[in-house]
Amino acid sequence: MGGIEHLVLGFQVAITPFNLVMAVTGIVLGTIIGVLPGLGGANGVAILLPLTFTMSPTSAIILLTSIYWGALFGGAITSILFNIPGEPWSVATTLDGYPLAKQGKGAHALTAAFTSSFVGALFAIVLVSFFALPLAELALKFGPPEFFAIQLLTFSSFIGLGGGSPLKSFASIVLGFILGAIGLDVVTGRLRLTFGSIELMRGMSFIVAVIGLFGLGEILLTVEEGLEFRGVTPRVRFRDMLATWRELPRYWRTFLRSSMIGFWMGFKPGGATPASFMSYGFARRFSRHPEKFGTGALEGVVAPETAAHAAGVAAMLPMITLGIPGSPTAAVMLGGLLIWGLQPGPMLFVEKPEFVWGLIASMYTGNVIGVLMVLFFVPAFASILRIPFAILVPLIVFVCAIGAYTVSNSMVDIWYMLGFGVLGYVFKKLDYPLAPLVLALVLGDMAESALRQSLIMSQGSVLIFVQRPIAAVITVAALVLFSLPLVSPLMRRPRLRPSEATRT
Amino acid sequence: MRTADTVCGLFLVVVAAVVLVEGLRLGIGWGTDGPQPGFFVFYLGVALLASAALTVVFSIRRGADARPFVGPGQLRSVGTVFFPAVVMVALTHVVGLYVGGALYLAAYMRWIGRHRWVTTVLVAIGIPVVTFLIFEVWFLVPLPKGPLETRLGY
Repeated sequence: MGGIEHLVLGFQVAITPFNLVMAVTGIVLGTIIGVLPGLGGANGVAILLPLTFTMSPTSAIILLTSIYWGALFGGAITSILFNIPGEPWSVATTLDGYPLAKQGKGAHALTAAFTSSFVGALFAIVLVSFFALPLAELALKFGPPEFFAIQLLTFSSFIGLGGGSPLKSFASIVLGFILGAIGLDVVTGRLRLTFGSIELMRGMSFIVAVIGLFGLGEILLTVEEGLEFRGVTPRVRFRDMLATWRELPRYWRTFLRSSMIGFWMGFKPGGATPASFMSYGFARRFSRHPEKFGTGALEGVVAPETAAHAAGVAAMLPMITLGIPGSPTAAVMLGGLLIWGLQPGPMLFVEKPEFVWGLIASMYTGNVIGVLMVLFFVPAFASILRIPFAILVPLIVFVCAIGAYTVSNSMVDIWYMLGFGVLGYVFKKLDYPLAPLVLALVLGDMAESALRQSLIMSQGSVLIFVQRPIAAVITVAALVLFSLPLVSPLMRRPRLRPSEATRT
Repeated sequence: MRTADTVCGLFLVVVAAVVLVEGLRLGIGWGTDGPQPGFFVFYLGVALLASAALTVVFSIRRGADARPFVGPGQLRSVGTVFFPAVVMVALTHVVGLYVGGALYLAAYMRWIGRHRWVTTVLVAIGIPVVTFLIFEVWFLVPLPKGPLETRLGY
């Protein structure tokens, strides 16, 4: 395998002082962007793209990918400290990260999150360096049926592994798909569910939904509980970091499993978010203490963070090898490549080896710099919690409004955000899970076109999903997960809240 | 809690009904080149109708419980965050997001947080100014602006 020589060439490019400065700048900007809810990796990269036109393509892509890594790290910070996921894939991190922070173990959760991100990223980068071409060839064989089967598997894991009420999880997923269907039909171009409204023609942005459901909704729940952020200020000491690192090797199985889930899911579009949820679900399923999940299990932070970062790295793979972006952020970078005069695809490896391998090598340097920087600045990030409650609450609402507006410079989106805030508040109180709703909203169009294309291929027969070998395996796995709550009522009953259990 | 659960379920049933009608309007059959646009929408409506109706049935059969959906004190706290936020967004149409945000911050800090006037004014002006620098100046993202920004030359 000639990978090593290429990698050495890549490092010679990535370790030049200018490119290292670019990496550090990118990480700092990316972390800030990731911490600010609504200013995510994708629009952060999009906003900074024009600044890179004068740079060499390699330095430019190093800056942009470093922003991406920084945003991945930053998303974990707000998820854990504020219960506001900066990015859709850090939603799963809030489930255990925030309870940990509330218990005064924010430093442990942050250390675990950063370390897991780094491990997941490293795992994925090693795979990217050595298996880039063979894996890309496999992904090329994926048709719409395989793609839809993957989507099915993702949503089935919410029903089968999600805990809580399967009925309400299902309603949540469907509602997400319905919201996602608003606007132009991607296949026929007809308007759907707009009821004559021009504002609805653009469709419902998942970022607006996320900001409303998680940002505003959570703030409403928090003030209702009368919880003051001041009470959960973690005391960050180096000792906490060491204690966390001593505990982490215990979860090597979770690390390995999550890295693999992350990598596998990540190199298909929209992979990071389902990967983080699947990884969380599997970690709980295989854990010796599943009841601790959701109440502040360190493993519940490890699993989604490892998978999300592995998936984030893996999303770069189809972009550089096939010219197909694996994530919205990768899609923005792909646009950058074209502007810099590079043709993405397999030919890049032949024509611009110093670009491709410099990029791959910069993934190593960027993530090493990233994890060191976020760990070093953990006290600074944690000190955000010392800001008084009466400033933080209106500040977060203000930032939510800004985030909703900047998605597409539209005032209507701020009103939608307020509406989603109320929906999030009510749903959360009634035990409707919000995460599957958001995921369905993000993946809606992709899932629908995959389904319709598959049905066109098969002339309307749903058997296509079990007739193709890869699709069949995934579909069967999905159906098994969907039916879990039906076949094993024991699994679901004990998880119900006391009020609901009184009926049985 | 049970009433809220039932009401929410009924709300989803209504949403499902609307979606079903829309799906039927768009056509749910097989068009000239594959499924018609209403196909996916219609079955989403069916799925939502089924799950929401079952939720309502379960919630009614469960019997009453004493736990209220939201206590009076809690409702007040939520209201003090939410309604000023609505006012802020409404104001944004007139005075822009920066001034709207400043007023919202000041109102919340002063009347809910009981901060001193000096702190209130400093924070309420400082945060929108920093936001302005980040968005308008550094990242070149325009936010809604009102007469104040116009007078300042933006």
